Amino acid sequence: MSAALTDFAPNHYGDAGTKRRLRLAMYVALAPFGLALLGYRGAIGGDAAGGWLAFGLVFAPFLALALAYIRATYRGSTPGIKNDGVQVHELSGRRVGAYLLGTAITSLYVILYWFPGALTGVVQVMEPLSQALRKGPADQWFFYGFLYTAAVIVMGIRMIYRYRHNKYQIFRTLSVMFFQLAFAFVLPALLRAFNQPEFYFTYFWPLKYDYLFPGSFEYLWKQSGGVGMFMFGWGVIASFVLTPLLTWRFGKRWYCSWVCGCGGLAETAGDPFRQLSSKKLKAWKFERWSIHTVLVLIVVLTALLWVDLGRISNDYKAWYGFFVGAALSGVVGVGFYPLLGSRVWCRFFCPMAAVLGLFQRFFSRFRITTNGDQCMSCGNCSTYCEMGIDVRAYAMQGKNIVRASCVGCGVCAAVCPRGVLKLENGKTHKDRFEGAEHPLADLLGALKKK
Amino acid sequence: MLFQKKPGRHVVIVGNGIAGVSCARALRRRDKQARITLVSGEGPHFFSRPALMYIYMGHLTYEGTKPYEDWWWQKQRIGLRQAWVTHIDTQKKWLSFAGEAGGLGYDQLVLATGSKPNKFGWPGQNLERVQGLYSLQDLQTLEAVSHEIQHGVIVGGGLIGIELAEMLHARGKKVTILSREQSYWDNALPREESLMVSDVIAESGITLHSGTELKEIVDDGQGRACGVVTGTGEKIACEFVGLTAGVSPNLSALKGSEIPTGRGVLVDFSFRSSVEDVFAIGDCAEIVTPEGQRNRIEQLWYTGQMHGEVLADVLCGDDRTYDRGIWFNSAKFLDLEWHTYGEVPPAGFPVRPGLRQVYWQAADKRHAFRLVLAGDAVVGVNAMGIRYRHKVCERWIAEKRSAEYVLNNLKEGNFDPEFYHRYEGAIVSSLRAQVAQAGGQA
Repeated sequence: MSAALTDFAPNHYGDAGTKRRLRLAMYVALAPFGLALLGYRGAIGGDAAGGWLAFGLVFAPFLALALAYIRATYRGSTPGIKNDGVQVHELSGRRVGAYLLGTAITSLYVILYWFPGALTGVVQVMEPLSQALRKGPADQWFFYGFLYTAAVIVMGIRMIYRYRHNKYQIFRTLSVMFFQLAFAFVLPALLRAFNQPEFYFTYFWPLKYDYLFPGSFEYLWKQSGGVGMFMFGWGVIASFVLTPLLTWRFGKRWYCSWVCGCGGLAETAGDPFRQLSSKKLKAWKFERWSIHTVLVLIVVLTALLWVDLGRISNDYKAWYGFFVGAALSGVVGVGFYPLLGSRVWCRFFCPMAAVLGLFQRFFSRFRITTNGDQCMSCGNCSTYCEMGIDVRAYAMQGKNIVRASCVGCGVCAAVCPRGVLKLENGKTHKDRFEGAEHPLADLLGALKKK
Repeated sequence: MLFQKKPGRHVVIVGNGIAGVSCARALRRRDKQARITLVSGEGPHFFSRPALMYIYMGHLTYEGTKPYEDWWWQKQRIGLRQAWVTHIDTQKKWLSFAGEAGGLGYDQLVLATGSKPNKFGWPGQNLERVQGLYSLQDLQTLEAVSHEIQHGVIVGGGLIGIELAEMLHARGKKVTILSREQSYWDNALPREESLMVSDVIAESGITLHSGTELKEIVDDGQGRACGVVTGTGEKIACEFVGLTAGVSPNLSALKGSEIPTGRGVLVDFSFRSSVEDVFAIGDCAEIVTPEGQRNRIEQLWYTGQMHGEVLADVLCGDDRTYDRGIWFNSAKFLDLEWHTYGEVPPAGFPVRPGLRQVYWQAADKRHAFRLVLAGDAVVGVNAMGIRYRHKVCERWIAEKRSAEYVLNNLKEGNFDPEFYHRYEGAIVSSLRAQVAQAGGQA
């Protein structure tokens, strides 16, 4: 055998591969058409006349293309797991196309944060929608919110079509689509239209870190009347009552893969890239350091702002906003989907995920159970875990999986060809450790001895 | 004593599949001193053999099929030697390797050489583009000819057969399965379930010719297969022939050795061969049974794992014999999942007298549930399209629970994901009525 053992990537994916590549090339070739329209609107700038027509002309082709591509990909396939060619696909298989896509998304974030002037044209295209929803002019963040929501909806449709045999996936996807559209896009816009503070009811501290900053307290509680007080109060209750309670009962999934907008994007637009997350032990070690570091940083920052050390606190705030708020959650978190997988932000950096993870690991009824000795170690569960959990390592020993990072997406259970994995909320929180390693076992043992 | 722990002994395991690796792992846990070496020509590292199909279909990478990262072996102090064994000298306790002048000495030798695909002397069976699917090398040869394949013919309708069919189908190739059985894999499945799988196969667009044998494979004049001729003389043109009519123990490493073999390496229930310090586990072992029953050859993932773990105890001096426990298995036929526990008589063989079966099938022909009863006790559970819990079903069977008890507690056994439609209501009412009928279904 001359071929290296690692060289198993099918080089010629048969007729199916050729068709797939041609289809992708066709759709990509059509995209410049839409971009050209964007440029046109940018060139004539400032002209709001014919607003809805331009809006439709720019976005309808993109929508039509995306839906047609999704339909062409899955049409004619029987309901069931269809991961054929995922590892060798131009976009999902870390090939040239993936690098191009990653560069494109990263560039978009860089432009959004630091060169918004370049988006003047397309922001003007958004004008009619902004006026209708918000009673105010569009800006780059409204454009971003629109794009984000559109991505969740369109790729959510893809997700539902792809998993049409699996009700857990259908309900979960509908849930993230709903929360993104209603609570992260429409409601904040309407609040603005009615001259109320723009507030996101589905984002909490420490993810939406400024909601518990003294600045928010000033603005919402003291200056914005009853609605503002309700918003600030909701923020406090959500962070300190709702989060622990729901996580104790259902695991961190109630938020991360059912409600959260970042999770929503990862579970829809990010689904084609979930297999790219690293399953190496090194990555897990890095994750435990990085995510808890960010949590400490934001807790300290919040405390410093309340204590008010003047310039130090404010410099720290600006620094955190740049590195964590912009660079890590946007540029790296989404821009690197095609290279590092869909949950880079959630797994390595999100302080909310860190808090939820601590609750899940120590005080939750949620666990993934394994079905006796049916596992044959194929590795589908580990490969398709977006959080990079080596699920197989537990399944092949018949152990329950109780891991802080698990967002409960349920894909491991879906792709398992032997029916080995099941997401469960147990009756108690103790019985989930049957066969699993109890956290703090060493510590508890040592304490008992004393 | 023969089986006592010897400090620093060298245990050589030939074969790094699930049996060999389970043995090495379990041995290392108990014996920190022993030098352990895994020898395999197939590849340097353990991977999941049943996952080969997913590499070909593009679901997984080869790396993704390895349960342990490459650094793990060194940490466990398990030596890896990539070489094919050509000769075993049990006198000198020495292994010779292909293409190497040296060799490797051992104190104790574990044979875990696995299986090879069956070939029944068909004309043309050794042509190019004719192969089974068992090893990494099989996957490589398949990959190498894939671009030439427009139509593949699979000979044998078992688990590997349908896997190979699914693989080619996923890569856009036309696939025909020739199966001797009356319906798909009826020597393992009851008739209704077997027909259900046949239906799933038809729906996918794969052609299944049941009750059809292979007569010969046609040479294209250049030493490559270009078609097959069936038992009835029908000619089918194709560019690939997959031989999946079962597997048998791979004894190629044992040629010229003094280790007694039958169909496999003959061992007792502690996996000892009659040659001192030579053992065999997994697919290649033929367990000699007393009382003149047919010797046991077990070719499952979990049996290989159990063999390896039992042998590790035996190597550490325990007086331990192998007991498989209550039979179970699972598989996925294209989109249809199958879980089976205990005794479920296949359609292709006569049913043991005294068994009674009750069966429910959903109208969509994608969900089914069967109980097998001996007297009043449940002895077998078979589920299609619904996941059932191994430990619960095993407990029902071990405790000889009645059909009534199992039906009353059926929900406890369900392992389907949340929000899935629950069929237990329909199953219970249907089976309860059948159980109540005197005699039930024969």
